[in-house]
Amino acid sequence: MALLEDKDRIFTNLYGFQDPGLEAAKKRGCWNATADMIRMGPDWIIQQMKDSGLRGRGGAGFPTGLKWSFMPKEVKDRPHYLVVNADESEPGTCKDRDIMRHDPHLLIEGCLIASFAMKAHACYIYLRGEYVDERIALQKAVDEAHAAGLIGKNACGSGWDFDLHLHHGAGAYICGEETALLESLEGKKGQPRLKPPFPAGAGLYGCPTTVNNVESIAVAPTILRRGAKWFTGFGRPNNAGTKVFCISGHVNRPCNVEETMSIPLKTLINQHCGGVSGGWDNLKAVIPGGSSVPLLPREICDDVLMDFDALRDVKSGLGTAAVIVMDKSTDVVRAIARISYFYKHESCGQCTPCREGTGWMWRVLERMAAGDAKTSEIDKLLDVASQVEGHTICALGDAAAWPVQGLIRHFRGEIEARINAYRADRPLVAVGSTLAAAE
Amino acid sequence: MASRKPAKTQPASFAWSPANKAWCEEQLKKYPAGRQASCVIPFLWRGQKQEGWISIAMMEAIARQLEMPYIRVYEVATFYSMFNLAPVGEYFVQVCGTTPCMLRGSKELNAVCERVIGHENHVSDDGKLSWLEVECLGACVNAPMVQISTRDGDHYHEDLTPEIFEDLLAKLRRGERVKIGTAHPDRKTSNPAGALTSLVEPALYDGSKAAPIRELPNSRPPAPAE
Ligand SMILES: Cc1cc2nc3c(=O)[nH]c(=O)nc-3n(C[C@H](O)[C@H](O)[C@H](O)COP(=O)(O)O)c2cc1C
Ligand code: SF4
Ligand code: FES
Repeated sequence: MALLEDKDRIFTNLYGFQDPGLEAAKKRGCWNATADMIRMGPDWIIQQMKDSGLRGRGGAGFPTGLKWSFMPKEVKDRPHYLVVNADESEPGTCKDRDIMRHDPHLLIEGCLIASFAMKAHACYIYLRGEYVDERIALQKAVDEAHAAGLIGKNACGSGWDFDLHLHHGAGAYICGEETALLESLEGKKGQPRLKPPFPAGAGLYGCPTTVNNVESIAVAPTILRRGAKWFTGFGRPNNAGTKVFCISGHVNRPCNVEETMSIPLKTLINQHCGGVSGGWDNLKAVIPGGSSVPLLPREICDDVLMDFDALRDVKSGLGTAAVIVMDKSTDVVRAIARISYFYKHESCGQCTPCREGTGWMWRVLERMAAGDAKTSEIDKLLDVASQVEGHTICALGDAAAWPVQGLIRHFRGEIEARINAYRADRPLVAVGSTLAAAE
Repeated sequence: MASRKPAKTQPASFAWSPANKAWCEEQLKKYPAGRQASCVIPFLWRGQKQEGWISIAMMEAIARQLEMPYIRVYEVATFYSMFNLAPVGEYFVQVCGTTPCMLRGSKELNAVCERVIGHENHVSDDGKLSWLEVECLGACVNAPMVQISTRDGDHYHEDLTPEIFEDLLAKLRRGERVKIGTAHPDRKTSNPAGALTSLVEPALYDGSKAAPIRELPNSRPPAPAE
């Protein structure tokens, strides 16, 4: 497979080597023909987005054009809103940050186009609270766009009035879940809502709302400028486009990079990250799509492709395309136990399986990491994970279960060996409340 | 993990500084009429910047200001982990401890904090420093990293080593300026260290991409069927 060439990269200032300001952004092709896109009308924009095959970049991969088409066709008694999800808190993920601080005008232009296509006169971008410097950088760009007449009244001279506001949270992963985000934006605790109603019917302030990830929105203008066909030229069918990958952990040169979808994982790591620390043979496992998706052992990493379908076929997922690499020095049980701690910490607490299950799974994994467990508890852990999965209001429950299931699927032997080693060291073992001599 | 309990010793009152009062008025304009409760998180955050932490008196004042029940403000203040319900150090250090940072040595940064500052959630005797292990801060390709908050800003310090980090804390304690962002000598931001593997083509930056687009792709109606 051919690597992505610079001429086909959307985020040409991903690293901030260039000026993020308006004039420089324009020079890089941003805000070019924006008014023409608006002139083509909402139906045309939505059709182009559908034809491009873009799937949401926030984790779930829902087709973006289709999502936009769920909004009511006409504005009735309630205004429409676009809400951009810039909560970016999935461990491993740090791409929206780069878009906001280095290529903010692509995002702002996308907000205008998407809002217009869904007949929304106002858009809120919800940033995670910790992104303080990013908020300042993005606000600066919004002010520039406003002063230049690109947004605000009669945006780009199109006749469309469009207000763009930044909003922020204060440290809660759950606010990335779209309905929790809306609750938070309304000034409440970030606890997910039961669906239905879906946001397109009743979202922000009870009005029709679409929530999209930063990257999904920021790629839209370039897709319209270059054509749906250009975008579908990258990646396998049903997995179209370019994508910003975040590669962290045990590689020689961790980085963010925009590449073609369906790039082989090994190529991605070798080409852009200087390889796995100690070489490919030193690889132990990779979490390919952010902490929520099951990890993959080395054998699968050898030839797996980085796209929605290929990763689903190996029982994992593309998620946010955050690739967390672990070499052979990694204590993989501890690595997953730390992820379990994350979910326990972030559970909003309104569903019992999630509130109780995340804590339970974490505590058992901590013991397993030390070896202080019984082998029968491995099955018990799997059982609890499947009780949590699919039985909660939002997908945080699933996200907490999947990494645990992946660990047991691929590294059961390692957990058992650790338990056996721990036992072997202790001639006297406690079984329940009675002390028994182990030979 | 942050403590979610309000401090034992509480101030009697809270008032916005004149600049922050004006700022509040501006914020309220962002939201539709009757939806002023949307301001609760931004106001609490601003209040925390003004005072260093969030007191009960501040929650009460914000509740009155936004015409919402006090308990709703209390609920928000205790739900979100960035709200400090008790005083923190002048430099408040948050060490990211989630797996991508752990894989690259965040535990060693915790050890530096233990040694230099003391236990988590404890303010150093000179009032300068306190620290906390937090969850992923969204800068994982620059792991390990910390965020350091002061009244004037909240900056990320990335690609740290225990030595660089200890030096950073010492400088802050002495009131010296410190470098923000990556500490890696061969990185600027999230780029791979050393030679770039992308975004090197000069044509991306020479203005050619701003040439007028005469016709957007697919913008012509399809030819009528015969
Ligand atoms: C627990 C949880 C956390 C999430 N965090 C984020 C996030 O930080 N950013 C994001 O864009 N989507 C996040 N999502 C997904 C959103 O709910 C939603 O699907 C997404 O913003 C839709 O945008 P897209 O269609 O453009 O991908 C999260 C979902 C869950 C269940
Ligand atoms: S699954 Fe967990 S985070 Fe999601 S609503 Fe239920 S308790 Fe809250
Ligand atoms: S895990 Fe530390 S910044 Fe993401």
